[in-house]
Formats: sequence, structure tokens, C-alpha cells
Amino acid sequence: MDALILQMMNGLDKGAAYALIALGLTLIFGTLGVVNFAHGALFMMGAFCAVVMQKILTLSVKVKDESITFFDAYKEVPYLETWYGETGSIIIDWAVPLSILLTIPVMMLVGYIMERGLIQYFYKRPHAEQILVTFGLAIVIQELIKSMFGANPIPTPAPEMFSGTAPIGSWFGLSENIVYPWWRIIYLIFSLTIIGMCFAFLRFTTFGMVVRAGMNDRETVGLLGINIEKRFTIVFALAAVVAGLAGAMYTPILSPDYHMGMDFLVLSFVVVVVGGMGSLPGAVAAGFLLGILQSAASMTEVKEIIPGIDQIIIYLVAVVILLARPRGLFGLKGVMED
Amino acid sequence: MAILQVRGVSKRFGGLQALNDVNLSVEEGHVHAIIGPNGAGKSTLLNCFVGKLDPDTGTVMFDGKSLLGIKPYEINQIGVSRVFQTPEIFADLTLLENVLIPSFAKRDGGFKVNWWPRVDRERVVRDHAESVLEEIGLYDKRDEVAGSLSRGDKRRLEMAMCLSQDPKLLLLDEPTAGMSRADTNATIDLLKRVGEARGITKIVIEHDMHVVFSLADKISVLAQGTVIAENTPELIKGDPRVQEAYLGGPQE
Amino acid sequence: MKLISQPGPKTDFSMLLLFTIVVLTMPIWLAPIGAGYPDLVQKFAIYGLFATGFNILFGLTGYLSFGHAAFLGVGSYTAVWSFKLLGMNPVPAVLLAIVTSAIFALLIGYISLRRTGIYFSILTLAFAQMCYQLAYSVLTPITNGETGLRVLQSDPRILDGVITSQTEDGGPLITNFFGIDMTKTWETNIFGIDVQLNAGFYFCAFFLILGSYIAMRIFRSPFGMMLRGVKTNQNRMNYTGVNTRPYTLAAFVISGAYAGLAGALLCVTDPLAGAERMFWTASGEVVLMVILGGAGTLMGPMLGAGIIKYFENILSAFNKSTLEGMLGFLPENMLDGTISVLSLFVGEGWHLTLGLLFMVVVIFLPGGLVEGAKSILLKLTGGGSKKSASAQAAE
Repeated sequence: MDALILQMMNGLDKGAAYALIALGLTLIFGTLGVVNFAHGALFMMGAFCAVVMQKILTLSVKVKDESITFFDAYKEVPYLETWYGETGSIIIDWAVPLSILLTIPVMMLVGYIMERGLIQYFYKRPHAEQILVTFGLAIVIQELIKSMFGANPIPTPAPEMFSGTAPIGSWFGLSENIVYPWWRIIYLIFSLTIIGMCFAFLRFTTFGMVVRAGMNDRETVGLLGINIEKRFTIVFALAAVVAGLAGAMYTPILSPDYHMGMDFLVLSFVVVVVGGMGSLPGAVAAGFLLGILQSAASMTEVKEIIPGIDQIIIYLVAVVILLARPRGLFGLKGVMED
Repeated sequence: MAILQVRGVSKRFGGLQALNDVNLSVEEGHVHAIIGPNGAGKSTLLNCFVGKLDPDTGTVMFDGKSLLGIKPYEINQIGVSRVFQTPEIFADLTLLENVLIPSFAKRDGGFKVNWWPRVDRERVVRDHAESVLEEIGLYDKRDEVAGSLSRGDKRRLEMAMCLSQDPKLLLLDEPTAGMSRADTNATIDLLKRVGEARGITKIVIEHDMHVVFSLADKISVLAQGTVIAENTPELIKGDPRVQEAYLGGPQE
Repeated sequence: MKLISQPGPKTDFSMLLLFTIVVLTMPIWLAPIGAGYPDLVQKFAIYGLFATGFNILFGLTGYLSFGHAAFLGVGSYTAVWSFKLLGMNPVPAVLLAIVTSAIFALLIGYISLRRTGIYFSILTLAFAQMCYQLAYSVLTPITNGETGLRVLQSDPRILDGVITSQTEDGGPLITNFFGIDMTKTWETNIFGIDVQLNAGFYFCAFFLILGSYIAMRIFRSPFGMMLRGVKTNQNRMNYTGVNTRPYTLAAFVISGAYAGLAGALLCVTDPLAGAERMFWTASGEVVLMVILGGAGTLMGPMLGAGIIKYFENILSAFNKSTLEGMLGFLPENMLDGTISVLSLFVGEGWHLTLGLLFMVVVIFLPGGLVEGAKSILLKLTGGGSKKSASAQAAE
């Protein structure tokens, strides 16, 4: 039982990442009508924003190591520490959360450039061509990251403060064995906040209303004389920021490498399909659902019964759902049903 | 003899009663027009004949077989062809190929992996397709891409595609919508000529009364999902209920 | 006025004859550009076949599968298992691979084809990733996981010794076509060019020519025309009495079988199968080959496959020192910069070039090279084509 609860909780943050990526994919597909195979690459770029932040904060100067006296030794000391001492160390320790400050403007810019420079020319082109061109872009981004940062995962730890585990079990009067890393709790809260903000933004602002109307009926919104093009750019940038933030904050859980984007992309597409193409709540719900399912399937007890089920559970669920309910869990009748 | 028998067909979309106890019988060889104001349920009714919609209640019998619960391709295979409101053609293929596909579908059925023979060696089917193009007046353009045709020619091509299958029943959804007067008259002539030559039963949905009265043997008037009158053109003209539906009805 | 018409049987026959000659003499005419050696010409043939098969699905029906590498992998594994169990003769391996991959394609296609458009692409991608994951970890007893599946001396190979005399014990296991080692290479000199004629290549070339011939028959047949109808207007097909799903499924299975055959041929000279062959990048690569050459054209995919494999071969072999050698004429201060930029695109970075090529082709040349060449020809001959059009109409 404890193990089950633990695994379910582990699934939550993976699910949160899927949900955030799927949310962006759905937004882009719903409003712009574009299938973005480069969305996983945006997630990865966010993660590498955290890496860059860490690199910037730990820019070091060579100073003489005074502790070694019998020969001249030098060590690298980050500028921040030479300037601010203890405070500097804390700032460095907080590289990942601080990277949010870098991720938001960078991803906004990336989203803007991508939409204006490439995606806008593909609104009217067949889906197959949209898939292909964004797929090519995903490869390009991935290879550029690889050539800049190498092929190996780069460890990006969470702040010291959150490195331990929280005794979740005893909070709720359950077993003491149920503990959960603090950072994962942070990630979960963070993701839920972002999701909440997105929904609030879409529900309570005029802009959001136009976007939602556009998702239901693009042509009519266009006829109302609303400059939909400009809003498309903003939606795309927004989706890029969401994916980027999801990636940046995920780095302590999974050390980023150049192919993490594609790994998450394939699964996020499955999430979108399961949730129902064009349904934002569907994307979120399916993200969490599949994350938890995947975790539950990787329990040793389950794996003993069906070996390898953890590797394929998501695909199996997707296939079953698509066969039983072609429009996905939350999909509207008649929307993208073929 | 009635080739199409529609009995008690009703269809509801949410709160809208689109069709309400519709009865219709179409005589073999007749041109049967269905008219009525916008939103009367004409297109819904047509969709019930081709497998796109299944009515909530009622029966649709064609040539002794029920048309309900079977797929559009199966309905076509038993002899019902449809011309759409906006022409549905194979825009990337040549005119000849556009007519060849239905001809092969007629000969080979719903599915056949007929991968060995060359299309250009299938003389019988090709001759047939070319003769249909000839008849419809598009033979000279047979090697052109269908997408580059004018709207009127696209419509004629679609009719050629349907005729190449020798259907027993041809459904025409506003065949002259958006056409100039000259094109409309050409289409009327065409339908008359082809119809008389082959004796195909036709159901025509149309707004243009000129077209309706020059073609129809019988007219059904649909209003608010119900057939309010069914009679010969002469008698329909004078029917007060029809005039009310068109002029003074709650629709307008 | 745009005219298209399918070439007649005579044109097709001469095209096929020309194609056969071109393929069979590949080791000769490719030698001067350094691409005539057995390993590479064999790759041209195999990937040409893979792309030709993929084109039957994508080019004719418009269904974009992102999972065809799975069938390539299935073909490879089947072939190696055939070597292990039945013996080193490639013929049963090839036949079994075709059958197995067709069965896989039938299963995956049956489910994926319940949806169209993007849904279909995502489903096939998910299935291929599932196959990859299975091959990589779960099915290790069948696939030998990370290490890859190879033939061992201890394998039964029951037909060896019955049909062919196997090499003496202890020697390396070589695939053997009724007495001819597939790795056998005859070196000769033709017109002053050193030429390597390789048995394995001719084995693959046979299947490439056969596969192209079958593809041509499909393209010119009523079946192929139906598939093109599905691509152009599926709705009209349904109202024309055509049951579209079995048509698309048939195309899917045929293209899957081509992929399986290509996968088996990959093992003919090097009997080794690994899971990485099924990775999504491999699926993406075949899509690129087809669109680069021209989807829906007969020869385009073959051309695309050749170009991509050629450049992959050339560019991935480059490294800093070869670049330095080539760019030695540049002044010192420009050299370093140029080299560091260029080295992004070669060697390990070849995939970056591939990705860029992908984008460039989709953006500027969605019809592919064959279509591009045709439209250039049309522009050059300008008025002439119009005249011939009216001449044809008048005839």
C-alpha cells in the first residue's frame, strides 16, 4: 500500500510535466491549427535555460589557493562568492528557481521568433507539412544543444533547502515510510500554479475569451474583425513559456540532455490524443493520469506480473482509449473525430 | 412502382426537431423535387438516404432494401449516387481519372486489390468513362486537372462521375446553386437529356423554382421538418399551404 | 491550363530498362565520386527500396506514417533469427522478413488507420516507440537488447550443410547464397576505373529492381488510382462506393512489407540487428528521403534515398582535420572561425544538416526534386507545352 501511494506520488510530477507540455500543444493546435512537433524541443530549451543560469552564476575566477602552501595552487572560485561571500553561495545554490527569470524572457523570444519566422507560413499548409517542418526544426534545435552542451546529462541540483524529503505520510496520519522529495512537491505546486494561471488567463481576460472563441470557431472570430494573427503570436509565445518553465523546473528531477525533448514530446502527443485534441482540461487530466499510470506500472509488484509493462503502458492505454472513444476523454463531439 | 419509400422518419438534434414524421415515396423513373424554405430539413433528409445520418425513428427502403445502418459506400454500391452542394471531385486528378474511379468502383465493388493490370489497358472501363465524358461534354478536357475547372464544369464533372456508375437513384443537392442563368439552363437540359436517355430516378433539392418546375414530375414541400404537400407541379403551384410556407410562414 | 497524363506502357518499359541498367552499373559510375564501394551502393539499394515502399503509402494515399522504422527493425530481427535457426542462406531470411513485417503492419495499421491526419501520424509514432522500447528492454530474449542480435556458432542453423556447404567451424559466419558468399567482392578495372562488384549488392539490387517494378505496376493500376483518390478526396471516395479503409490498410501493409524486406537486406552482408534501427529518427529519415525526391513520383524516393545516404556518408566521415585540409587556402584568421562553424554540420553533427535539409525541403520544395525539376523544365519550354496541350486536345 505504501509503495503504491509512493509510486502514485512519483507519477504526479512526471504527469505535471506532461500536462504542461500537452497544454501548450493543445493551445497551439486549437488556436493556430498547427501541429507542433518542436514543442518537446521548447521543453528541452527551458531545461537548458536552467543549465545556462547555473553556468552564469558559477562563472569563476582563478584565485590562488591559500590553503596549499608548499606550491602555488590555483582554484576556481565563482565571482559571486568572491563578491558577496556567503550570500553568493546561496544565490548559486538557488540557480534552478532563479532560472525562471531567465527562462521567461528567453522562451518568449524563442516563441516569438519561431512563430513569426516559420510557423506563420504554415497556417494554410497541410498538416503533414506542418509536422515535417517542425520535426526538422526539433532535430535542428536538438543537435545545436548537443553541440553546445555535449551529449551527457548535466546535473542541475535543487537548492540545498529542498534536497531532503518531506514526511508526507505522517502529515496525513499514514505510514512514516511515505516520504517525498521536497523538490517534487515544489514542482507539483509550481505546475498547478502555472496551469491555474493559464486557465484563469483564458477565462477571465478578454484576450483569453478571444482565444477560446478562436478555438471553437476560427473563421467566425476572423470575421469579427479581430486581429487574430497578432494573438496567435502571443498564444505561441505563451505556450513556449509554459513548456520552457516546465523544463527548467524539471531539471533537478531529471538531469537535462539533448534528447529529453523528443522523449517527452512523443508521450505528450499521446497525452493530447488521450485527453481529446483541442480540450485544455483534457490535456491536463490525461497528463496526470498517464504520469501516475506509468509510475504505478513501474512498481516491482506490477512488473513481476507483466514484465516491461512500464515501458509501454502509456501507448497501450492510448490505443485502448482511441479505439473505445476516438475523440479522447474530454474531446468534444465532432471535433477532430476522424 | 415506388423505388424509394420513406416512412415516419424523424430526427432530432438536441432541442431542434429537424425532421418530424416524414413520409415520401419516389416513383421509379421520376424526377422528384424536394423544396422548402431554409432550415426546413431538406439536407437532413438527404443525409438520411446516403448513410451520413441515421434517423431516430422511421424506415427508408430503396428497391426493397433498407438504407439505414449501412455505410455510404454500401449505399452507393446498391445504386444510389449523390451530387453535392459544393462539388466533391478529385481535384488533383485528371477528368478522365475522376470518372474512371467511380467506374472501377462500380465494376470491382467496395474493395479490390487490382494492382496488376494497367489502367490504360482496361479498355472496357476506359471506353465507358470516355463515352460518359463525351455525353456530358467534357471529353476535350479529359487530361486536364479537375481542380482547374470552372465551377459549372466541376458540377458537370461530378454528374459525369455519378452517371458513370449507372445509378438507379441520383440525389442532387442544389445542382444549380451559384450558377449563372445560362449555366443553369445548360444543367437543366443536361439533366433532362441524360435522364430521359437512361431513365434514372432523381431526387432534386432545389431553391430555384424555375429549375424545379422545368424538371420535376412530382414535388414534395418540406417545412419545419414535415412534408406539408406532395403533388404534381401544377397542383403544387396553386396550393395555399405551400404559399403560406414560403410567404407567410413563421420561417420568414 | 494544367495537363497531366500518365506515361504509356512503352515509356514505362524503357524507363524500367534504363533504371535497371543504372542500378546494375552503380558500382561503376559511382566509383569516380567515391561512392562506388560495396557498403555504400548496397545502402543506396536498401534505402531506395525502403523509400519506394514508404512512397506507396505516403505518396499515394497521403497518410504520413512516423513509425515505419519499426517494420525495418522487425525485418532485421526476423532475418537474423532466420540465419540463426535456418542457416546462412539469405533467401528464407528475406521471405520470412517480408511475411513477419507484413503481419506487424497489418496489426499496427488496423488500429492506426481507424484515424486520419495527425492522429494517424501520432499513433504510428507511438507504436514505433513502443516497438523500440520493447526491443530495447523487454524483449531482450528475442532481440538481445542493447548489444543487438547476432548469429553464433552454437546456433542450430538446420539448413546449413543441407543446401550449402558451410565454412569450416571457427571461421566467421557469412551469409551464403547457394554457395556464393554475400561478402564476396570481385575487383576489376573497367575503362580505367577500379570497380568493386559485390555479391551482396547485386542481391539487394535484384530486390530494388523487383520492388520498383511492383511499385510501378501499383502506380499504374486501378488499385493505385483508388489510393490516389483517397489522398485527394476521401469523402468523395466513400460516396463513390469505395470502402477506403481496406485500401489504405493494403497500402500500409505493402509499404510495411517493403520496409521489412529492406530491414532483412541490411542484414545480408552484416548479420546483425539492433533496436536503434527502429528509433523515430530512422522513421523520420525515410520521410525525408521521400519528400526530398518527391512524394507520389516513382523515381523520386529512390533519388532522395541516394542523395541522403551519399551525403550522410560523406559528411559524417568529415572531421576537423579533413576540413583543415580542404580549407587550407583560407587565410589564417578566417580559417578557425570557418572550421568551427562548418564542423557543426559534419561528422557527429551530420544530423544538424539533416534537420536543416528537412526544413529547407518542406519550406521551399514541398513537391520534392522531381516536381521541382519538372516545373523548371516546364518554364524553360514555356510556350511549347501549351501548344502540345492544345494539340492533344484537338487529336
